[in-house]
Parts: sequence; C-alpha cells; structure tokens
Amino acid sequence: MGINWFKFSSPASFYGLAGKMIPWFYALAAVLFAAGLYISFFVAPTDAVQGEAYRIIFIHVPAAWMSMFIYVVMAFWAGLGLAFNTRLSSMMATALAPTGAMFTFIALWTGSLWGKPMWGTWWVWDARLTSELILLFLYIGFISLQSAIDDPRRADRAGAVLALVGVVNVPIIYFSVKWWNTLHQGSSIKMTGSTMVKEMLIGMLIMALACWMYAIGAALSRVRLIILQRERHTGWVTELLARGGK
Amino acid sequence: MNWASWADFWDMGGRAFYVWGSYGLALLLMVGELVILSKSRRTLLQRLSLMQNVAAEEETDETKA
Repeated sequence: MGINWFKFSSPASFYGLAGKMIPWFYALAAVLFAAGLYISFFVAPTDAVQGEAYRIIFIHVPAAWMSMFIYVVMAFWAGLGLAFNTRLSSMMATALAPTGAMFTFIALWTGSLWGKPMWGTWWVWDARLTSELILLFLYIGFISLQSAIDDPRRADRAGAVLALVGVVNVPIIYFSVKWWNTLHQGSSIKMTGSTMVKEMLIGMLIMALACWMYAIGAALSRVRLIILQRERHTGWVTELLARGGK
Repeated sequence: MNWASWADFWDMGGRAFYVWGSYGLALLLMVGELVILSKSRRTLLQRLSLMQNVAAEEETDETKA
C-alpha cells in the first residue's frame, strides 16, 4: 500500500490538488487548440479529393476519439468504485459523463456536416454511426440513472453497472468500419497512401491533445463540485466555506 | 498559404456552412460547459454557506433556549 496514493484518494485532499491542477490543464488546452487550429486551417493543404470541407476532421476525429476514450475511463472509475467502494473514483466517473456526452454529440454533429457534402446525406444507419449514437444514449442513460437515485452511493453502484455493461459498445464502434461494410470511411491514420499527409496528421494529433487537456480540466472542475456537494456536512467543507470557498 | 484573402478563408471553398457549422458548435458547447461549470460553482458555494449559516443560527437559538 503506497502512502501517497491513499492520501489523494481522500476527497478532501483531492479537492485541493485538483484545484491546483485545473488552471494548468485549461492553459495547456488553450495553447494546444491555438496551435492545432493554426495547423488545421493554415498549414495543412487542401485535400485533393475532398476539398476544404475535409478540414472538419480536425475536430471530428479528436471528438470521436474522446467520446470513446472518456467512456472507457468513466467505466474504469465506476468499476473501481463498485469493486473497492472508493467514493472518489465513483465521483470521478460521474464527473466525466457530461463531458463525454458532449464530445459524442460533437462527433455526431460534425460527422453529419461532413456526410452531407461528401456522401450526400446527413445520416445513414450504418454500423459506425449507429454504434456512436448508442454511445450517446449510454452517456445519457448513465447521467439520468444517477440523477434519478437520491442516495449517492446507490446511484454510484447503479451507474457503474450500466457503464460496465455499455463498455462492450466501444470496441464495436472502433472496429465497425472493419467488421462491416460501412459508408463511413476507414481509419485515416495510415501512414501509407495519399489520404493523410504529415501536416494533416500532426494537426489532428495536436487537436486531440487539446481536447484531452480540456476534458481533464472540465472533469476535474466538475468533480470538485461533486465533492463539495457530497461532503457538505464535514468539517473541512465548513472551514472551506468560512474561507470563502478558496 | 492556402488562402488568397480572408474572404477566401471564410468561404472555405464553398463549404463554409459545413466547416463553420462544425467548429461553431464545438466552440459553443465547450465554452458553454465552462460557463455552466463556473456558474454552478458559484451557486453551490452560495447555497452551502447559506445552509451553514442557517444551521449555525439554529444551534445558537437552541443554546439560548
């Protein structure tokens, strides 16, 4: 048993630690978004086949990655909370859900705006699009289920079961373009072939990192609210409020 | 350089609606989330201090009685 590990697994000390880390994540996100957008619009060349509308991928692909990644992390924390009864990990899962749902919605929305000029349709019920839509419903289900249960610990457990069952959907999304014959194109991250020049790849990776930093910042901001809410009857919150919330 | 002018940039090769519609929504949602987070933090802190003050007053009332 490591000592440091358990120190920060207490909500009170994590509250302080998160407060110190949040500005750094937001600052990093801002810098990375600026660099990523600059590369996406000014450095990356016009696509020979898809013209300028292809520039949607610089937000679409990172958002789609985040939607899946955040779900897996959320299910991991929820599962840990369920298995070991650790309150903070359950709170972390709850904090991640709205941000994950937001990225899923961005992925679907930008995908739709991509599909219209490229494929001639806003939406098709193919495997990739349908499984991503199911992901959005899983996030919404997780959030609604938790908010429908008054007792926080019971809400944590119910949410964890849903999150863990739903994790099956993530590999389905990821491999759907290989397993089924979908309208959605295959992975763009292939160094061979002409679909992805180096500047495009770099732009996309920087945008993904920016989304990552943003998501960590937002989730930490939200977990602090959840900690305050749930620990409101404890001494350290009383002291914190006496200091004006700092 | 990809663009001859700013007008050319905003036009996005005739795909302005799709490109800016994508980035616009992403920006709106992310900024919106941050605004909601900071607002709910303020509301929560106010509500908790209010609850605490009420609890403290009740306690002093009880000791007086």
